[in-house]
Amino acid sequence: MSAAAEDAVTEAPAVEAVPKRAMTLGTGTSLAILAVLLIVPLFVKNFVAFQMTMVMIYGIAVLALNILTGGSGQFSLGQSAFYALGAYTSAVLMEIANVNYALTLPIAGLVSFGAGYLFGKPALRLSGIYLALATFALAVAMPQFLKLHFLEHWTGGVQGLVVIKPDAPFGLPISQDKWLYYFTLAITLAIYVGSVNLLRSRSGRAFMSIRDNEIAASAMGVDVAKYKTLAFGVSAGITGIAGGLSAIVVAFVAPDSYTINLAIALFLGMVVGGVGWLPGSFVGAAFIIYVPNIAESINKGLSGAVFGVLLFIVIFLVPHGARQVAIVAQQLIGKLRK
Amino acid sequence: MELFINQILAGVSTGAIYACMALAVVMIYQAIDHLNFAQGEMAMFSTFISWQLMQWGVPYWWAFLITIAVSFAGGIAIERLLFKPLAKAPVLTNVAGFIALFAIVNSVAGLIWDFTIKQYPTPFGSGPFLGSQLISTHQAGMIGVTLLMLVGLYLFFQFTRIGLAMRAAAALPESARLVGINTSWMIALGWGMASAIGAVAGILIAPVVFLEPNMMGGVLVYGFAAAVLGGLTSPLGAVVGGFLMGIFENLAGTYIPAVGNELKLPIALALIIIVLVFKPAGLFGRAIIKRV
Repeated sequence: MSAAAEDAVTEAPAVEAVPKRAMTLGTGTSLAILAVLLIVPLFVKNFVAFQMTMVMIYGIAVLALNILTGGSGQFSLGQSAFYALGAYTSAVLMEIANVNYALTLPIAGLVSFGAGYLFGKPALRLSGIYLALATFALAVAMPQFLKLHFLEHWTGGVQGLVVIKPDAPFGLPISQDKWLYYFTLAITLAIYVGSVNLLRSRSGRAFMSIRDNEIAASAMGVDVAKYKTLAFGVSAGITGIAGGLSAIVVAFVAPDSYTINLAIALFLGMVVGGVGWLPGSFVGAAFIIYVPNIAESINKGLSGAVFGVLLFIVIFLVPHGARQVAIVAQQLIGKLRK
Repeated sequence: MELFINQILAGVSTGAIYACMALAVVMIYQAIDHLNFAQGEMAMFSTFISWQLMQWGVPYWWAFLITIAVSFAGGIAIERLLFKPLAKAPVLTNVAGFIALFAIVNSVAGLIWDFTIKQYPTPFGSGPFLGSQLISTHQAGMIGVTLLMLVGLYLFFQFTRIGLAMRAAAALPESARLVGINTSWMIALGWGMASAIGAVAGILIAPVVFLEPNMMGGVLVYGFAAAVLGGLTSPLGAVVGGFLMGIFENLAGTYIPAVGNELKLPIALALIIIVLVFKPAGLFGRAIIKRV
């Protein structure tokens, strides 16, 4: 084990090479899904609308991780830290500085972008498992940091902060939950379209070339350090916006909502949705929100085991996540047309 | 100065826990190239089995041996049933599998043995070791057993045919298959051994942290960190990393003001990251050169 000092290894890349066209949905399908998302909330209860809002928010966070991992091939277990940063930025601005809730989101995104970019700098030297550990440390430290005594004036310490839920503007006759649903849907759409375009742009191609082969990418003139930190920053920024949205929608932030478990849940969402397939992020988010509830309703005492078994069933049936389902469905439709 | 030495001693004794766990982590990393997130839960389950055996009146050392055998078989069974079918799936899917296994084992243990804290016996006694209040005889015994395991593993990998075959299967699977090594079973064997080492770690740790389904949560994090610090490819590195981790943690808690118990872990992790920035393959790890 220690005899050979150096070995040359030809490694398969940890993250599969997904071509950029395969990362999104066709226009027709996208519009159909959008229409459904616009109409459904009119016919459901407020709580269901709230849950759907949470699916979109987690979906944004999973999408951000997907850009980082599926796009640039870097791992992160620290997404919960950026999510917390965004949530706290929004909450503090709203409650202490009385900023309008919609305006807090870009600030939350910028703060998280800055943090992610700065964190990406030293993390440049690390990859794979080592990067996972470094980001993990960030996730573990974040709740403790938010509990620190001298920040209590702003963060509310262990107790957290209660945020006032915004009403629908212009006297629209819909409930708060449904208004926030549409508000979130608009932002989700903007972020989704932005991310798709990002991955199709020059920067997106640079991310993917780094994912597929770092050395070859740098030989082709891609500034590896710049694009790696940029991917970190963008991912953190989007996660921060998701966090800010969650603060507004849940109307409460507390350090213990943002533990490492959140980062693990986001990771599972990415795997279930399919690494590198952006629409899958929302399928994965639905999985991490609904499946624990289903597991609990099947058996309270064994909910963890039921969740684990369900997760195993999913990864046994579709190891490539929802993307695989989409590909199979596409082939079936293609056959039917012939 | 005396405070400093005392803190180092205290660090070494907590470090022994981490070293034990790190050894199991490195073992499985050698076999399958991933960190197994369910490792701690598997060790916890093994520890519960030995506790149950002792409740039924089996003497300590017999329970110890039976548990190791059961864990070894259990590790192999888990690999054959759950992870062999995933061998061709993407790496990240495998990691999701570990998380699923974690949830299952934790939940089942909670159902069988419930979540109350249980006392666990130690064969070494718990008096002060060589007159020092900081290290108990149990902790000294733990350090001893960890070092014994390390030597045992070294001998196994360096001087037995099957150890050599396992190294070959891990380093170059295709070439290993060509010379007639059954690489698939080598992976299963790796799971079995990691599970058995985890069982020993669990049994040694249980008297210190007490027995309950969540006992390994914190320990596994330190175990991972220690293994990464030492370099994931080296058992010696894992043990050294474990001791360093314990020492880091204690010194940070003592000398850096405003570091309460809560911030000990983040600070220790931050130190590791600083080490990794300068030595990206860990203290004892091989530098891996990639062929382009």
